[in-house]
Amino acid sequence: MDLILWACLVGLSIILYVVLDGFSLGVALLFPSTKDERERDLLMNSIAPVWDANQTWLVLGGGALFVAFPMVYGILFSALYIPLLTFIFGLIFRGVTFEFRANADRKQPWNRAFFLGSLVAVVAQGLTLGGFLSGTKVVEGQFAGDPLNWLNPFSLMIGIALIAGYILLGSTYLIIKTTGSVQEKAYGQAFWSALVVLGFQILVTIWTPIHYPSVLSNWFSSPRIYFIWTFPLLGLAAFFGLIRSIRSHREILPFFCSVVLFLAGYLGLVASIYPYAVPPTITFQEAAAQRETLRFTLWGVIIVLPLVLGYTVYSYSVFRGKVGKESYYH
Amino acid sequence: MDAIFLSRIQFAVTTMFHILFPALTIGLSVFLVVLEFLWLSTKDEIYYHMDRFWGKVFAINFGVGVVSGVVLEFEFGTNFSRFSQLVSNVFSPLLAFEVMTAFFLESGFLGIMLFGWEKVSRRVHFLSTCLVALGTILSAFWILAANSWMQTPAGYRVVDGKFMVTDFSSAIFNPSTLTRTGHMVAASFETTAFVVAGISAYFLLKGRQLPLFRLSLGIALAMAALFSPLQIYLGDLSGRQVFHHQPAKLAAIEAHWKTNVETGAPFAVIALPDMKGEQNLYEVAIPNLLSLLVTHSITGQVQGLKDFPKEDRPNAFILFWSFRLMVAIGFILFFVMVWAAFLWRKGRLCVHRPFLWTLLSVHPLGFLATELGWITNEVGRQPWVVYNLIRTAEGVSPIPAGNVIWSLSLFLIIFPVIGAIYFFYLLKTLHRGPDLSSPIPLVQRPIGMQPLQRTQARMEGE
Repeated sequence: MDLILWACLVGLSIILYVVLDGFSLGVALLFPSTKDERERDLLMNSIAPVWDANQTWLVLGGGALFVAFPMVYGILFSALYIPLLTFIFGLIFRGVTFEFRANADRKQPWNRAFFLGSLVAVVAQGLTLGGFLSGTKVVEGQFAGDPLNWLNPFSLMIGIALIAGYILLGSTYLIIKTTGSVQEKAYGQAFWSALVVLGFQILVTIWTPIHYPSVLSNWFSSPRIYFIWTFPLLGLAAFFGLIRSIRSHREILPFFCSVVLFLAGYLGLVASIYPYAVPPTITFQEAAAQRETLRFTLWGVIIVLPLVLGYTVYSYSVFRGKVGKESYYH
Repeated sequence: MDAIFLSRIQFAVTTMFHILFPALTIGLSVFLVVLEFLWLSTKDEIYYHMDRFWGKVFAINFGVGVVSGVVLEFEFGTNFSRFSQLVSNVFSPLLAFEVMTAFFLESGFLGIMLFGWEKVSRRVHFLSTCLVALGTILSAFWILAANSWMQTPAGYRVVDGKFMVTDFSSAIFNPSTLTRTGHMVAASFETTAFVVAGISAYFLLKGRQLPLFRLSLGIALAMAALFSPLQIYLGDLSGRQVFHHQPAKLAAIEAHWKTNVETGAPFAVIALPDMKGEQNLYEVAIPNLLSLLVTHSITGQVQGLKDFPKEDRPNAFILFWSFRLMVAIGFILFFVMVWAAFLWRKGRLCVHRPFLWTLLSVHPLGFLATELGWITNEVGRQPWVVYNLIRTAEGVSPIPAGNVIWSLSLFLIIFPVIGAIYFFYLLKTLHRGPDLSSPIPLVQRPIGMQPLQRTQARMEGE
């Protein structure tokens, strides 16, 4: 039971990170779409108060993995050394830009750093996921594969797909936070990125079983065959909802549909590889930590996490509504 | 150059870069709490502007601290995965609690603290600042608990080479957690106090914004007056704790080779320890002082480094000097405060130019002492990653050296660049000085506010 809860916690942290930092990174990916410095200020201000808390879900995901499935943490972090640290390098540039750009007289270099840092982080995340799905060779509970095993056409494709995905999250987030011409542009960006995302989701759905054969047999065996098809269906429903809500200029619904679209893909993936935590050999049960550790830390989670979620919601509510002309930065 | 050596260098580079920022963040967040408390209780506008000015310094510092800190949490897996897998049952919850109780608290309320001035009431803003400060201190506590567990492990048993937890409270509150946390948090307060004092002294020397910086200097020196003697006491506690739990580390720090029998152990003031020859090539020593310091008795026995097998000894040369330089800085800062006390009694604290110049020149020393302290702490733990239980070499990830050469080179390029840019913008912010002209947001204005002009006039009249 503890194990299932822990697996859920790791999964929850990862998807919260993907959605929350996904829109922050997505907003940064839209930086080149404007030449107006005030518009860039607006984009920046829309995420400035929340990006740091959003990024913290990544650290929790890593921490929870370390606590509950130390073997997975150890093996995957060694195996995915290069994409993970590339990811971090990207986050470093993205993170320092908020204050540095605010203090700079010439914004241009920091606009670039913000965009490129985020781009590197996004592609590296895709490579990490692709590398994870490509399988990891394990001998005696340790990583024993090739350090470049994560680098292949499949993982590159995921890296590129994630760019479109995060642009979708970023632009639908901007629809909520902005007005006028910026919002108008965001509707267009959301529409086009939605089409690209749909294309990539179809591609991923076809390519994953080819790249990773046991996924196919997973799909068509009981009990998965009874529900696995709901995920692509959910994705399609979200996609059509998204397009309709963009067409009818709804403000909150497009972001909501994008999140559901991500969720459908994510859950579909989890359902396809379950119960493997290090495909293709280590299951999450095998990788589990000592019972006492799981129990003790779970109590901490049960007490602290509701508080965290509570004040996160509060912080978002403080900054709710359209981001105005107010200069957050001095 | 193997993956072990390179991973150690990389961890050293990334932690040594990172610790510079928390060293200021922890103290500065508490300093901001003090300023905001004064603003709330006195309604004196000048405290609002002080808070905003030092808040800018805090914001630049915090950003770099966060991004350089995320690296460390990853490196346990990327570079030290064997260590992580062996000890995770006991060790990893401490990091997870840091994320849950500290990182979220900091980052959740940081947005309101920095950008919420126009959105929330004075009380809510003050509460947010307090919670950010609490977050930074909790973060220090958990990471020091984790580090202390590696130094003085407790609450575990080893089953088939793997660490199993037996008691979490003794793992968290292991023998050195509290002394070490106290020493680090005090280091951060002292570092911050001298940074604020040094910057304030600069403005006073230049004759800019006198009332605001006189008040800043006053609060900073009050902090320094408290923490510079306290830190010497906490340092002594830490030292004796090392004597009891990590005798090889203490012997190396003191370049003490032979266990003293019936006589007191001498304290080497200057020495050139020679690891190969197992002796000091040169030394100036005070008889019996080492025994007196660590055992509080003239003839107390202190184990010498020769009592430990060669392969279990940390590097005495590095430790001897990193420790002594740290202690020297502690005393320099203490004597500056003794001087400050004299000037304060004469009422000349803010006008005595040689004193202000001294404050300006010693203000970075806290950072240096913090780095030296960590070097002493971590080099002193070697060759172990968990003291006396797992060798560092056994804890490294099964990755090729090439991986680490790649990442280490990038860190060595990126960190100096980011550090230099950080420093540049920090100087720029300081150069611009406090912004007294921007209006106070309506939600922040108290009834019966004491306007800035009146305070300035009063202080200039004094």
